[in-house]
Order: sequence, then structure tokens, then C-alpha cells
Amino acid sequence: MKNVPWLLIAGLVPLVGTALIAVVPRKSWVRGIALGTSLVTLAVVIAMATQFQIGGPDKFQFVTTYSWIPAFGVSFTLGVDGIGLVLVALAACLVPVVLIASWRDIEPPGSIKSYFGLMLVLQSMIIWVFSALDVFLFYLLFEAMLIPAYLLIGRFGGAQRSYAAMKFLLYSLFGGLVMLAALIGLYVASQTLLGNGTFDFQTLSSLEINTGLQNWLFLGFFLAFAIKAPLWPLHTWLPDAASEAKPGTAVLLVALMDKVGTFGMIRYCLELFPDASRTFAFTICILAVVSIVYGALVAIGQTDIMRLISYTSVSHFGFIILGIFAFTSQAQTGSVFYMVAHGFSTAALFLIAGVMMARGKSRNIADYGGVFKVAPLLAGFVLIAGLSGLALPGMASFPGEFLVLVGSFLRYPVLAIIATVAIVLSAVYILWLYQRVATGEPRGVVTDKFGDLRSREVWVFVPLVAVMIALGVYPQAVTRVIEPAVQSTLDRVGAVNPEPTALKPAESTKETTP
Amino acid sequence: METITAASGTTSLTWLLIALPLAGAVILLGTGRVTNKWGHLLGVATIAGSFGVAVALWLSLLAKPSEDRAVRQFLFTWLDLGRFKVDVALQLDQLSMAFVLLITGVGLLIHVYAVGYMKGDDGRRRFFGYLNLFVAAMLLLVLADSYVLLYVGWEGVGLASYLLIGYYQTRDTAGPAAKKAFVVNRVGDIGMSVAIMLMFAAFGTVTFQGVFEAAPGASSAMVNGIGFMLLLAACGKSAQFPLQSWLLDAMEGPTPVSALIHAATMVTAGVYLIARSNPIFDLAPTAQMAVIIVGLITLLAGGIIASAKDDIKKALAGSTMSAIGYMMLAVGLGPTGYVFAIAFLLAHGFFKAGLFLGAGSVMHGMNDQVSMRRFGGLRSVMAITTATFGLGYLAIIGIPPLAGYFTKDLIIESALARSPIIGGLAVIGAGLTAFYMSRIFFMTFIGKKRWTEDVHPHESPWSMTVPMLVLAVGSVASGYLLMRDYTLEKWLEPVTGFVEPESSLSHVVVTSVTLTSVAVGIVAAILLYLRRDVPEVAPSKVSFLVVAARKDLFGDAFNEAVFMRPGQWLTRSLVWVDNKVIDGAVNGVAASLGGLSARARRIQTGYTRSYSLVMLSGALLVLVFLAIVGR
Repeated sequence: MKNVPWLLIAGLVPLVGTALIAVVPRKSWVRGIALGTSLVTLAVVIAMATQFQIGGPDKFQFVTTYSWIPAFGVSFTLGVDGIGLVLVALAACLVPVVLIASWRDIEPPGSIKSYFGLMLVLQSMIIWVFSALDVFLFYLLFEAMLIPAYLLIGRFGGAQRSYAAMKFLLYSLFGGLVMLAALIGLYVASQTLLGNGTFDFQTLSSLEINTGLQNWLFLGFFLAFAIKAPLWPLHTWLPDAASEAKPGTAVLLVALMDKVGTFGMIRYCLELFPDASRTFAFTICILAVVSIVYGALVAIGQTDIMRLISYTSVSHFGFIILGIFAFTSQAQTGSVFYMVAHGFSTAALFLIAGVMMARGKSRNIADYGGVFKVAPLLAGFVLIAGLSGLALPGMASFPGEFLVLVGSFLRYPVLAIIATVAIVLSAVYILWLYQRVATGEPRGVVTDKFGDLRSREVWVFVPLVAVMIALGVYPQAVTRVIEPAVQSTLDRVGAVNPEPTALKPAESTKETTP
Repeated sequence: METITAASGTTSLTWLLIALPLAGAVILLGTGRVTNKWGHLLGVATIAGSFGVAVALWLSLLAKPSEDRAVRQFLFTWLDLGRFKVDVALQLDQLSMAFVLLITGVGLLIHVYAVGYMKGDDGRRRFFGYLNLFVAAMLLLVLADSYVLLYVGWEGVGLASYLLIGYYQTRDTAGPAAKKAFVVNRVGDIGMSVAIMLMFAAFGTVTFQGVFEAAPGASSAMVNGIGFMLLLAACGKSAQFPLQSWLLDAMEGPTPVSALIHAATMVTAGVYLIARSNPIFDLAPTAQMAVIIVGLITLLAGGIIASAKDDIKKALAGSTMSAIGYMMLAVGLGPTGYVFAIAFLLAHGFFKAGLFLGAGSVMHGMNDQVSMRRFGGLRSVMAITTATFGLGYLAIIGIPPLAGYFTKDLIIESALARSPIIGGLAVIGAGLTAFYMSRIFFMTFIGKKRWTEDVHPHESPWSMTVPMLVLAVGSVASGYLLMRDYTLEKWLEPVTGFVEPESSLSHVVVTSVTLTSVAVGIVAAILLYLRRDVPEVAPSKVSFLVVAARKDLFGDAFNEAVFMRPGQWLTRSLVWVDNKVIDGAVNGVAASLGGLSARARRIQTGYTRSYSLVMLSGALLVLVFLAIVGR
């Protein structure tokens, strides 16, 4: 089992599925093929995860390399550390759920082939982008992902879909362009330092690039990632894109693709440019806290369900970025955990909103009311998804959010305390949404014909809720996978967890004793 | 500090305390209609099981020497990152044992009562699921061995409270009341989070044991900071000033909920938090003084509010605020007060739960009406309810030898020993309590019948009256049983410490002063509500104080003016900023780029003559350039 190219297979399976979808004669088979493929992918990733050695001798595991453009030192290299692994697993888990949820988005006469085919293509790219160990390969996938995403929004979205898709595309391309410049700069720097240029990540991450150049290269990469993540004030493409897209697409976009931004910050910004990372950390943490509070406040003021959920994500991404740049093992592990948790809880929120909108035919919150009375199960899942979104202890987001707060406090106490305001604001945006949509007597588009969840829909949410509760109850299962990778990243940045202030030095050496 | 040993033998059953109600909640909420028929019985059975385990644990602790009673049961590691190590581990000691008995005991009675009270309600299974969830979370709160795990239970009871306040989902008032409770509690949770952040930064640990051992090494600013943050958390959960406003609205929930969560158990969690954190507060005199002040303000404010409410549940809710104010005052007094706070808390659990269940019984007989102005004379038709409510009433106002006398008087005595002002205000509070409780009792059970025409009041079924009777027995006897021969002092001393308050006044003097204050309160109520007819409609020409009390001393008005409206304005303007300024800039850049390209496109005219002209000028330019450079 040792030499199985797991990551290559995990990304190829969805592509094979797409090829099958393209050639099958009957459109009615498409969804089955898509779901089957995604379940095979999930099985492959689970099999791979069981082989992963936590804290193993090699930082990156399951490494496979194929020579690609030797003249430029480009290779097709895949491999994951704990951070990459949990994100690949997130992608593998969410896609089947999204496919089931999107089952009736398009009925057979429509372009069902391209809808489900594009989703699988996107999944394949996301799996590889999280496991690329060649910076050029990463860049290529980072940009190529935009094509299926653009088509999914632009072809299958709501009334304003063209505007939203174009905005998403241009914004992302702009970031990608700046990153390309930095990428070329990085290549040139490696040529200067090594004699021959390379894009190999493991080689590049041990270079000592001079500080002035590091700063510029860092900013080039960071801008692209901050747009993707999205960080305030570069976030305005997200509400448009997510609200115009189909709910399933919104999940792929916000719960998965956006994670490439925060993942990139850890993998590329921190490891390639450690000095620059330290230089800019405080400024970025301030922007992150602005995102947290601003995103939450603007979410409260939304009248459109999908936009509201999008803005909650702006706030949550603020937490993730704060944790990354606070440079403590608690905060950064919390951030990665939060990426996974946010994936599931945002997916649940978008999809339950989608289920409701499929019945009410409106995104406007004010058109709903009293859903609980006619569809108690649906209302119940709105609440459960929301509770994970507001980081209720016992649900997935809490360990992430709390670790970020506790860990960031060690570095920036004032910023961490400001961030706690989100504890209150998140309760307001979620519970007010629930109050308006679900409580009271049925109103607006909510009539007796509204209908509760069907069994297909129940099977979308049961696994999501099960995972959210499992992650909330036993987070250690995931954090122990993440932590060694975070520790290695922090070592590269040269950051050490601050010691407790009120303990005498003699006592504080006890840390390593179990 | 006492040592904590690993759980073994009987004490290794501790996890069952939580597991049983949790399993009940999961089954009841997860199975849907299948369990509709017998779901409520399962709900009662899990709590009965928990109570049985609690009694067994209690007996096994009693059998041990008092210094060795604390045990810890490790279940699994929740998080382990660097120093940040949080286990899911339960700490059963004398303090948590007292709460466990209260929660499962009173919880069981209220579950039984709810079987009758919720009969005929479509959502009874869901209701019992929520109640089971509450009990599980509350037990986790008091059994946690670290602040983080306590926080999990803390939010869990908040969730259960939210679900139960909003239980009548289709009522327009229930949703906002539930949300308000949760949001205000989350303001308190900021305190809890920051306290944990401070502890971890200072001590590198978040377990009770670790924090308490390291606390003496911290600066005074640090322990006071932690103390203030814990107080903020306690204010949220225990409805203390300035976070009191949610409790009155919380009465939207079904009455058994008000009895269990919003009177006997959950709202006392703040008191538990501070009593549990006694090693921190004993090092933080400033924070302790703040606890005393918060307690004093709330005990008086709650009493004033309770005196003006016509809604029987809201009057009792004001009373709960006030009673918890006494407990806060007591825990603020330090080692002279912790034990008395817990004593009053336990006794209060009996009589306040009994009073709420009595109110529920009255409402049950009166078509769910709540206005005491339309009650009166109910003693003629509801003998058991009148008797049990009456005993609760006498207990809470501190008539000897009932429970309130033994417990509340000790708080007053301890407060007087600290300072005549603190003690004096506590004595005034006792008079207020006597006044508003007499008012409630007189308006409801005595005097003329002011019933609306459609009601036919009757006594409630036995499933409701039996729990009321048991609680009434507790209201009578619990004070004596707890306080005779220093029983509770000896029991709790290893956890909270105990120092006998040194008062210049003798016990007899204190008791006489307090009873005089109580007598004044009762007489005032007799004059106002027995000697005079109670108007069926609340009089509108009243003094400013009454207006203020009816409006909860303007708590909501204040929140609305200071937080809600500016908050709404802020969110609205930020939405505008986001759409017009930030997104406007993005679209502006895009538009100007678009404009540029449109202009650039105009160069492509398609006319050969203009192209050749441009080519000619270009060629000339190149020639000129070459001529200059080439020289």
C-alpha cells in the first residue's frame, strides 16, 4: 500500500467520472454516475487517510512526482501534510452531499451533463490544489479552478448571474495575475540562490531570500489569497457570487474554493516568506479582526438569505486569518480546524437555505415566516446549521473559534478581545434569521403546500449534522492530525508559543510532560 | 486544598448522570413521531435514573472522610495542543454533589409535573427532549473539571433555555424572547471567554485545579481581571444587573420550564461559577466588592420590579432575580458567605420551584391566564395548590422555622458583619420580599374572586400536585436540615472554605431586625391588597416608582436606546458602506477600465488611411530616434 499514488487517484477519479458523463447516451444516468464517482473518491480518500502517519518522519506524505517541464524545474508533484490531508478530506466529504442536494436543480432536458460534470472537474482541481507540492502546478490549478466555477455560476445561477460570474472571474484573475508576477520573481530568486531555477516547493521553502524581495513576493501571493479567502476589504465579490449561484455551487465556492486562500497563506506565504510574514502579521491580524466584526455586522443587516450566509463567512474567514497570523500553535491549529468546521456548517446553511428557497422561490428573508409550523424538520435543520454557524460548544465551529481566540490572545490580547464581540453578533444574525423565517404563524410564501423535507433532502443533512457534532465533541481526532504540520510551519516562521506570564520559569518547563 | 482522586467503585458511575438524560434527549429529538406516545415517560425515566445515580454517589461520598471526597473521572481528551489541554473529565466533589442532587431531584419532580401540565400539547415529546437536554447540560456544567468544559455546559443550558423559552414557536412573542435570552447570555459569554483567555495566558492551564494552584502567583490586576470577567459571565446567566433584562421575557416558556430553568437551577449557575472560583475571588477583593454591589443592586431592583407586576409569572421572575441577588451578595462576601449562598440556593430551589409549579397549577385551572388582577379567592377551589404555594411563600420571606429563615437570615447576618450598609440594604430587601410575596399570595388566593366569566378553576391532577407537595415539604424542612449543627458548613468546607462571620450584633438582634422588616412588608401588603379591593384593571394614575417598576426599571428602554437603536443604525450604515463605498470602488475601477478600453477601441477605426498615417508617424519616430541614438 506504500507506493499507491493516492492523491493522483483521488483527483483522477472525478475526471474519469466527468469523461463518463460526457459520453453516456442517457441524461438520466448522469446524476447516478456523478454521485457514484464522488463516493469512490471519498472511499479513496478515506483509504488514504488510514495510511497517514500522524507526526510521521516525513512532513509530506503520499508524495508522487512526475517530470513535467524540466527546463523550468516544473514537476507534477503531489503530497500532503496534516493540513493538506484534512482539506482534501473536506473536499471529498462535501461533494457527494452537494450532489445529492443539487439532484433536482436541473431536470434531464436541461444541461445536466455540464452541471454535474463541471462540479466533478472542480472537485478534482480542488483536491490537487490542496496537495500540489510544485508552486507552478499550484498556480496553474489555482487559476484553472476559476473556469468550472465561472461556468457554474454564469450558466446555472440566478437573474444577476452574468454580472456575478464576471465579477468573480475578473477579481480572481486580478489576484492571480499579481501572484503570477510574484511567482516569476520567486523563480528568479531561486535561480540566483541555487544556480538553476525551480518551482519545487520543498526546495523553495528552505531558501533564505533577502528580506526586501521577500516582502514584495509575500504581498504578491497574499493579495491573491486575500481575495480568495476573502479578507476585508476585498470581499465584495463573494456575496454576489454566492447569492447568484445555485446553493450547491455556493457550497463549492465558499466552503471549498475559498479555503484555498487561507490554505495558501499557511503553505506559501508563511513557509516561503517567513520574514515577510512576521513583518506583515500584525497588520493582517488587524484586517482580520475588521473582517470578523464588519462581516458580522453587515450580515445582521442583510435582507437576502444567501447574502446573509455569505457575510457570516466573511466574519468566519476573519477568524481563520487571525489564527493563521497570530503564530501560536493553538491559534493556527484552531484556524485549520475552523476551515474544516466552516466547510461543513456553511455547507449545511447554504443547502438548507437552498431547500427552503426551492419551495418559497425567493431569497428575500421577509417573504418567509412560520416555517416551523408547516415544516418542523426543515426548521429544525435551519436551527442546527445555524447553531454550528454561531459556534455553539458541542458543534464543529466552537473548538476552531475558541482555539483561535485563546491562541491569538497570547500574541495580541486587544485584538482577541475585540474579536469576542462576534460571540454576540453571531447569535444575533443566526437567531434573528431563524426567528424571522421559522417562528410565528406561517406568512408570505410559506403556505400549507410548502412541504417538509423529503427523504433525499434528509439524507443531505443527517451526515452533515453527524459530522458537525462529531467534530464538536471530539475535535482532538482532527487537531492531532493538523498540529504537527502547524508546528513545522511555525518553526519555519520562527515563532514560539509565549510562556504563561504568572508561572515561575522552573514550573513552565513542565510543558512536555504528559 | 483537598486532593482529587481518580473515580473508582461507585463514583465511576458519575458519567451516567449526564449520559442518561443526554440519551433521552437524543432519542426523543431524533426519532420523531415514533416516540410520541411514550416519549414523556422516557424523559421522566432518564431523570429518575440520574437521580438514583446521584443518591448512590452521595452515599458513597458520605462514607469517605471529608478530605478525600473529591473524585475525578477522566473520559477522553477533548483538545491537547501545546499547553492547552482540555479533557472531558468530571469532577465530583461536595459542591458539585450538592448541585447534582438539586438538579436531578427538583428536575425529576418537575418532569413528573410536566407530564400532567403538558398533556394534550402536540409537542410534548419535543418538550421532554429539550428538558432532558437541559438536565444533561446543567449536570455537565456543575461536573466539569475545567473552565472550558464548564463553558460547554454553560452554553448547553443556554441553548436548552432558548429552545424552551421559544417552545410555543407560533406565538409572536416567544421567538423574540428566546432570542433575547440567548443574545444577552452571550454578552455574558464574552466575559467567560475572556476569563478563560486570561487564565490560559497567565497560568497555561484552564483546569480548576491548575488555575487555583497557580492563582496565588499572579498579579493582583490579573486575578481581579479574571474575577470581573467571571462576574460578567455570571451576570448573564443569573440575570443580574446589568444583564437582567432577559429573565422577565423568559416567562414566555411553559411554566415547568420557568420553575426548573429560570428559578431553581440554570439561573443559579452564575452563583455556582463564583463559588467554584473561590480561590480566585479570595485573591481579588476589588472583584469581590463588585460581586457584592451587583448582588445588592439586583436584590433591590428585582424586589421593586416584582412588587409592580400583575403577571404572576413575571412577579415570580422578579423575585428570582432578587433571590439570586442575595446569593451573589453572599458569594461576594468570601469564605463567610459561600456556604450560606449555597444553602439559600438549595432552599430556594425547593420553594421557588414550588411557587412556580403552584403558579402553573393556577394557570392550568384558569385557562392559562396570568393576570393576578383576575385571580383572587382561589383558595376555595384549589386547596392543595393554596397550601403548597402558601408554604413556599412563608419559606421565601423567612418565617421561622421554614427554609428561608435558616438560610437567608444567615446571609443577612454575614452581610451585617461585613458592613452596616450592605447588611442594611439586605434587611430592606427582606422587607421587599415579604411585601411582593404577600401581594402575590393575597391577590391570587385570598380576597374577592375577580375571575373572568369563562373560567372554571379546579384543582390540578395528582401528577402535578404530588411534586408540589414534595417541594412544599422541602420548603419547610430543607433549611433546618441543611443548617442544623453546621451540616452544610462541614460538607462544603473542603471546597469553599468556611469562616464564621464575626458580628458585633448578636444573632437574636439580627433576627429581630429582619423579622421586623418582614412584618412591615406583610402589613403593607395587607393594607394595600387585603383591606382594599384589587382593581381588575391596573390603575394608570400611579407614582413614578410604580411606572418605573412596571417597566422593569427602564432596563429595556436603556438597552434599546444605548445598544439596539445605535446597533441598527450601525448595521444599516455598514450595509450602505459595503454596497456603495467598498463595492462601489470595485465596480468603479472596473467601469473606468471598461471606459479606457472603449476609448482604446476607437483607435481601431478600420480606415486604411488613418492606419497608414499612424504607421508613417511611427516610422518617422523610429528614424528620428535612431538618428539621435546612433550618433
